[in-house]
Amino acid sequence: MKSTDPCVTWLEETPLGLAERLYLPLFIQGLTTTARHLISPKVTVSYPETRPTVGNPLIYRGVHRLNRDDQGRVKCVACFLCATACPAHCIDIVATESPWPDREKYPESFSIDELRCIFCGMCEEACPVDAIELTSLLDLTGKSREEMIFDKEKLLSVYDITKDAEPMKSKGMDTGHASPADLGGRP
Amino acid sequence: MAVVTVDGKDIEIGATERLNCIEVARRAGVEIPHYCWHPGLSVVASCRMCLIETGTRDPATGKVTMMPKLVPGCQTPAKDGTVIVTESALVKESRARVEEALLIDHPIDCPICDKAGECLLQDYHFEHGQAERRADIHAFHSRRRDVGPTVTLFVDRCIMCTRCVRFAREVSGTSELMVINRGAKEEIDVFPGFPLDNKLSGNVVDLCPVGALGDKDFLYQQRVWFLKREANVCGGCATGCSITTEHNQDSVYRLKPRENPHVNKWWMCDDGRYGWHHLHDSSRLLAAEHRSAAGSTRQTIEWPDVVTRLRDDLKGAGSLAVAVSPMLTLEEAWMLCAVARSIDPQAFLAVGHVPTRGADESFPGGFTIRAEKCPNRLGVEAVVSLFDQPLHSWNDLLEHVRAGRTTAAWITAGHPEPWIDAATAATFADLKCLVVQDLFDSPLAQLATWRLPAAGFAERAGTWVNAGHRAQSFEQAIRAPAGVWPEGRLFWNMLGRRGLYDPVAVRQQIAESSATLAALAGEMPATGVDLRLQQLAGA
Repeated sequence: MKSTDPCVTWLEETPLGLAERLYLPLFIQGLTTTARHLISPKVTVSYPETRPTVGNPLIYRGVHRLNRDDQGRVKCVACFLCATACPAHCIDIVATESPWPDREKYPESFSIDELRCIFCGMCEEACPVDAIELTSLLDLTGKSREEMIFDKEKLLSVYDITKDAEPMKSKGMDTGHASPADLGGRP
Repeated sequence: MAVVTVDGKDIEIGATERLNCIEVARRAGVEIPHYCWHPGLSVVASCRMCLIETGTRDPATGKVTMMPKLVPGCQTPAKDGTVIVTESALVKESRARVEEALLIDHPIDCPICDKAGECLLQDYHFEHGQAERRADIHAFHSRRRDVGPTVTLFVDRCIMCTRCVRFAREVSGTSELMVINRGAKEEIDVFPGFPLDNKLSGNVVDLCPVGALGDKDFLYQQRVWFLKREANVCGGCATGCSITTEHNQDSVYRLKPRENPHVNKWWMCDDGRYGWHHLHDSSRLLAAEHRSAAGSTRQTIEWPDVVTRLRDDLKGAGSLAVAVSPMLTLEEAWMLCAVARSIDPQAFLAVGHVPTRGADESFPGGFTIRAEKCPNRLGVEAVVSLFDQPLHSWNDLLEHVRAGRTTAAWITAGHPEPWIDAATAATFADLKCLVVQDLFDSPLAQLATWRLPAAGFAERAGTWVNAGHRAQSFEQAIRAPAGVWPEGRLFWNMLGRRGLYDPVAVRQQIAESSATLAALAGEMPATGVDLRLQQLAGA
């Protein structure tokens, strides 16, 4: 953007008033903040001895999962929109023709490099079939880099683990959302 | 000189030019959206997307009389005094209605459609369509129908522009495709037992403005927005079609024809289109190898060592014979000849093996597939004859070796298919030093003292001269696999030149050194130059 762009508004710095120049009022203001935090309840937890509480799991951005459809198959249609949206380039998909008559395309392999991921949630945002979701699982540890590249099976198993505690976000709000069968199903 | 007014702008067209309103508007920088019209096919004016307002200007009074109705731009010839209005409210309204009608029974399955990203239906909808859909949303399915060995049809994505039907009738001349049913039930189909199976069938996929026709070879391999495009030339036969190599991360995904009125128009054949798979074949030679003594096993050798030791080895071996492969570019051939002459000033230079298969095949649309399966025989002949007169062929070279007049040979090949049998290869068995540069192992490569890997067509940069004497320059599309130096890089280094291999510098040098190739000087147009025409003009 150029400095002459009409969207840019140029402001003059306001001159310091008497209170600012005296320094003491601002000093007291700062000290008040410090004192308030001294006496307010602690928010720090001793992870991993104490587990932090996840406020709203619907908007928490933890480990990814790949959802299953009502027949237990991967819901993903391998459209690559998550991989396209991903700013960290951590999603790798190999698409192929699906073996099922009601679906056209599915991921032969689907892997996410969890070490590369920045947990921005763009993949979830981009997914047209709500197949990829970020869960509230926050323990993400491994002994090697290879172990941290989650493949399709592992991502599906995350769904199996979390599906009871965190039902699919698209459940009950499927108006306007396409289902995998809508996207290229063969009658 | 005829003057046509496009949106208030006067465009002059030649007196003999026969242009329609779409073409004239394009010259004025205005793109009239269209589905069914294609410059290489007949006009049907069925999609109604190019509807525009036209009128005529009275030459005497200058008064413009507009037509009361919209007319299809593709079907309306532009002549002196024609006035075209492309952006009026009436035209915009009409385009939005056409888009809406097309989308009513289109399965909006863009996420899994291979065309998404290069689809005219998507582009025009964003540009000319309306934001809201007034029809009820139904769950749509795209039925899939096999129409041929290379092409699959997603029936419900089709917008019935019939480009593919016209292509099969007018260009390939095979007429496999047809429209079945009537009205809203119209579908593209083939007659049972007569699939879309001709040498040009892949073109219907390029022609399809939407995702209805899919290429089985490319289906679901990659989303098109990940692909990078490089203007290239097909190395499949002597026609030398202008193509675009579409690749990602040094892997080719598909080849597409690039418009070139002098060579391939808008088309390419299936042999060329699917003829890139050998580039990623696991059996390719991927390392330079050298055998120090006869009978011993070959050892892998680093390329910088090849540059120095190959020269010494050939110098020590005595008289040299070189086969300059017609797969090499002009620049590579020229450098190879120069290297050979610097090693042995009397080196015997010959054009390498010229593979042929069957006979030339011509199609009604004016497209020819050549029997000569190499892209640069004429170019290599021109270069070799600069160094060695008279011109020797591959058979002359074989005779030369059989007669025992040489003790070392350097054979460049780079053919994607097996090209030499054991009996022919045995001719070279008794040489002191045999250098073979090829894509794959062969009976000849087995005998080699130096077995060097060659580059594939998309890994080269340079100039090829096709059967019509048209020279086309191109850049490298993908990098050669690890362990492979393209020939140009090896020859460049063997000539002792510094820095990276620069084909343009070599081309300028060739143009300066020869009157027959002088047309290669300067910037090369994207469609290439005709060497014969340039020579005639020069004379």
